[in-house]
Amino acid sequence: MNRMYKTFCALLLALLPVVAMAQIDGEFVKPRNGKFLLKNATVVTVTKGTLANTSVLLENGKISKVGTNLSSDGAEVIDCTGLFIYPGIIDGGTRLGLVEVSSVPETVDYADVGNVTPNMQALTTVNPNSEAIGVTRVSGVTTVLTVPSGGLFPGTAALINLNGYTPDQMYGGFKAVAMIFPNSGRRGRFDRRSDEDIKKEGEKALKDANDIWDNAKSYLELKKSGATLAYFPEMEQLSKVISGELPLLIEVNAASDIQQAIKWVEGKNIKVIFTGVAEGWRVAEQIAKAKIPVVTGPIQDLPTRGSDRYDTPYANAGMLAKAGVKVALRTDEEENVRNLPFHAAFAAAYGLGKEEALKAVTINPAEIFGVADQYGSVEVGKRANLVVSTGDPFETRSQIIHVFIDGYRIPMSNRHIRLYQEFLERSPGLKSN
Amino acid sequence: MKKHIYLIAALLGLGVGISQAQVQKGSVLIKNATVLTVTKGNLESSDVLVQNGIITQIGKNLAAPAGVNTIDASGKYLMPGIIDAHSHVGLDVVNEASAPITSEIRMKDVVNPTEIGIYRALAGGVTVSHAMHGSANVVGGQNATLKHRWGSMDPADIIMQDAPRTIKFALGENPTRVHGRGNGIQPRSRMGVEAVIRNGFNEAIQYKKAWETYQFAKNQKGNTTPPPAYNERLQTLVDILDGKIIIHCHSYRADEIYMLINVIKDFNIKKVVFQHTNEGFKVAPEIAEYTMGASVFADWWAYKMEVYYSTAFNAAILQKNGALTSINSDSAELIRHLYHEAAKTQRYGGLTDEEALAMITINPAKQLGIEDKVGSIEVGKQADLVIFEGHPLSSYAVPQMTFVDGVKYFDIKKDNNDQRQWVAATEMVEPIFLRANEEAHRCMQDVDAYFEAFQGAFLKEKH
Repeated sequence: MNRMYKTFCALLLALLPVVAMAQIDGEFVKPRNGKFLLKNATVVTVTKGTLANTSVLLENGKISKVGTNLSSDGAEVIDCTGLFIYPGIIDGGTRLGLVEVSSVPETVDYADVGNVTPNMQALTTVNPNSEAIGVTRVSGVTTVLTVPSGGLFPGTAALINLNGYTPDQMYGGFKAVAMIFPNSGRRGRFDRRSDEDIKKEGEKALKDANDIWDNAKSYLELKKSGATLAYFPEMEQLSKVISGELPLLIEVNAASDIQQAIKWVEGKNIKVIFTGVAEGWRVAEQIAKAKIPVVTGPIQDLPTRGSDRYDTPYANAGMLAKAGVKVALRTDEEENVRNLPFHAAFAAAYGLGKEEALKAVTINPAEIFGVADQYGSVEVGKRANLVVSTGDPFETRSQIIHVFIDGYRIPMSNRHIRLYQEFLERSPGLKSN
Repeated sequence: MKKHIYLIAALLGLGVGISQAQVQKGSVLIKNATVLTVTKGNLESSDVLVQNGIITQIGKNLAAPAGVNTIDASGKYLMPGIIDAHSHVGLDVVNEASAPITSEIRMKDVVNPTEIGIYRALAGGVTVSHAMHGSANVVGGQNATLKHRWGSMDPADIIMQDAPRTIKFALGENPTRVHGRGNGIQPRSRMGVEAVIRNGFNEAIQYKKAWETYQFAKNQKGNTTPPPAYNERLQTLVDILDGKIIIHCHSYRADEIYMLINVIKDFNIKKVVFQHTNEGFKVAPEIAEYTMGASVFADWWAYKMEVYYSTAFNAAILQKNGALTSINSDSAELIRHLYHEAAKTQRYGGLTDEEALAMITINPAKQLGIEDKVGSIEVGKQADLVIFEGHPLSSYAVPQMTFVDGVKYFDIKKDNNDQRQWVAATEMVEPIFLRANEEAHRCMQDVDAYFEAFQGAFLKEKH
C-alpha cells in the first residue's frame, strides 16, 4: 500500500511540470467541434473595446453571444476567470502548408517552373497535415494567407484556417493573384550585378509584365465579346484580376520600386495590396496617397541598407501607419509563423503602438482581404476563431490556454510539446536500467 | 628588433597584446536602475559605479567620484551585456573548406571591426560575441571572442585578448556534404565523421610523442636526432587534448552528439560545448554529465532535415536536466534581439526570469571561459552593461544604452542613423539588400566553390 502511495506521489510529481505547462493539454488529441461557453474572461474584442467579466458563446462554428450572465444552455462551460480572450491572430503572408523542410526539395511546393504561372493554386498544395500547422496554431495564429513565390506571377494565394483535414475545409474565403514586382534590390552580398545591369533587367521585366498584362486584357475583352478562345489558363487567371474578381498582391520592397509600382497600378482600376514594403517608410506618404493597403514584414529583419538606422525594420510598420497607410503584418515564414505575435510586439514597441499592432494582426488583414464580416474581432456572427491566454499574447511569458478555430476546440499539443513531455524526464536517464 | 617581437608574438598566436593598451576604458555611475545582476538577484532602484572599465561598487545612493558622469536610469532596467556564444558577425571569411581538419586556421586573422553588424548587435545589447569558423569541416578553425568596441579600425581592439582559445568542430551533414559528397573523401557519413576525429587525435598523440622523444634525445650527449617537422594543425589538436582549447561543436542530431561524447570520454577531453544541439534534449542527461553544456537556438527548427524532429522546449529540457545552456543567434539578425530569444524559454518551458537571463549572460560566459570577467553585474567584473526600457524579457523591451568596459557605444537617443565607420572605395553605392535574413546565417559561407557540384543546393542550407 505504502509502495503504491509512493508510486502515486512520484507519478504526481512527474506530471507536475506537464500540468503546469499551459501549452500542454493531454485531454484530447483531435480538434473537437461543439457548443462552448467561455465564461468570465476579459474579452479584447479589438473593434468594440475590452470587456471585463464577459462570456462568449460559440455554436455552429460562430460566435453566437458575447455578454455577461450568459446561460450555458447545454454548452460545454470553460471557466476563463482571470484569462483573456482575443480574436484569432492572422498572418498576412506565409508559405505555411506549402513547404515542410525547406532544404529538402521534395517538400518544397511554393514555386513552380515558369515566369507567368498565376494559375498555380496555393490552396491545392496546402498540406493539412504539415507539422508546422500544429506548431503554429497553439501560438494563437489561427489564420494565414499562404502565398506562392518565384517569377513574375508565381500563383494564387489563399487564406487558410489552421484546422481541417482537406484544403477546402481550411479555406478561409479569400484568394489573390501574387505578383513579384520587378526588383532593383539585391539578394545578398553574392549578388554582384552592376547597378546598370539591375536597371536594365528591371526595365525588361517591367516591359514583359506590361506585355503580359496587355495580353490578359485582350483575352478578357475577347472573352467578353463571346469569342471562342484557346486554352490559356494563365490569361484566364490574370483576367480575373483585370475584371476585379481577384485582387493583386504586389510584392515590392525597395523605395524606387514602390514608386514604380504605384505608377504601374495607376489607372488600372484593379484591387491592389502591396506586400513586403520593406522600404515603405521612405515613401510612406506616397503609398498613403495612392490608398494602397500594405501587408508588411517580417518585422524582425535586417535594415535593407548599411546606412539605415538599425531599427528601421522594427519601425517601418509604425511609420507607414502614421502616414495613413492601412497596415497588416506578416512573417513571410513557413515553420516560424508562430512568431507573428512577437513580430507584432516589436512593431508596437518601435512606433506602431500596442493597439494598432493588435489590429495589424486581426481586423486590418481581415479588412484588407475583404473578410472582416467573418474575421478579425470578437463580435457576434463572426467565425469562432478565438485565443484564450493568461495575458497579452504578444508577451512570451503569457501562455496560450485554448485556441478555437471555426468553432473547433484545438488540442493544445503538437510535436514540439509531445517531445517535451517525453524527454523532460527521460527514462532510462543517464544510467541504463 | 621590434619587428622580431611582432613576428614571435604573431607566431605564438598572441598577436595583439601589444595594442591592448589602446582599448578604451570608461567610468560612469548608473543610478536608480532595477539592477538584474543575474548571479546575485535583482536590486531595486540601485546604482552601479564603473571606474576604468571595471564595476567597483553596487549599492544605493552612490556618489560619483570627480569627473565621472552620472546616468539616471530611473524606471529602467540594467543588465549585464549580452553574450552570444555563436556568431559570425565581424568576420570577413567564415569557412576554410579545404580539408576535413583545419585546426591551424584562426578567425582572429579575418576580424573586421568595421562591419555594421557589430553596431547592430550593440543596439540589441550584445557586448561579446563568439566569432566562429563555419561548419564545413569536422575540425574547423579557432574562433575569436570579440568585445564590441565599435569605432576602432584595428581588429586587435575588438578581440577579447583575455579570453581562452576555442575551436569549431562540426558533425553531421555539413562536413559530409562538403567533403564526402563534394570532394569524395572522408567523411561521407556520420561514421566517417567519428573516424576523422579519432584519427586526428591519434595522429596528434603520435606527434606529441615524437616531440617528447626529440626533447628527451636533445639532452643526451652526442645527440644528432633532428627535430620533427613543426605542424600547426597537429599541435592545435595536441592543445585540445591538453585542455588548452574549448571545443565548440556544431551538431544537431542526438546520435552525433552522443558519438562525440564517447570520443571525448576516450580521449579524456573535458572542455566541450555543443552548438545548435537541436536534438540535445534527447541526450540531455549525457550533455549535463560530460560536457560544458549546449548553446542552442530558442526556437529554430525544420529548415533542414536534421532539425525536423526538434522542439522549442529544447533549452528548457536541457536546463531542467542540469545542462549548462545558452541561447545563441548564429545570425546577424537574431543577434539583435537575443533578450527576446531568451524570453521564449518562458513560453516554451516556463523558465524563471533568472534562468532565462542567465542563458544570454553568465551561461555563455562560462561556455567561453570568461565567466570570471563578464556575464553578470558583480564588483570586479568588466563593465559590459545594457540599460533597457521595459524588462528585457518583455516582447516590448527596447535597449537604450550599451556599454563595453564602461564606455558607451550605443545610445538610442544620441546615435546617428548612419553608423558606418568606413566605406570601401570599391563598395557599391547604397546597395539595397532585400530578404537579407537569408544572408544573415553564415555557417556555410565561403563554400561557394562547391555550388556547381550540387546545382546550388548549398545555397539553401546555411546552418
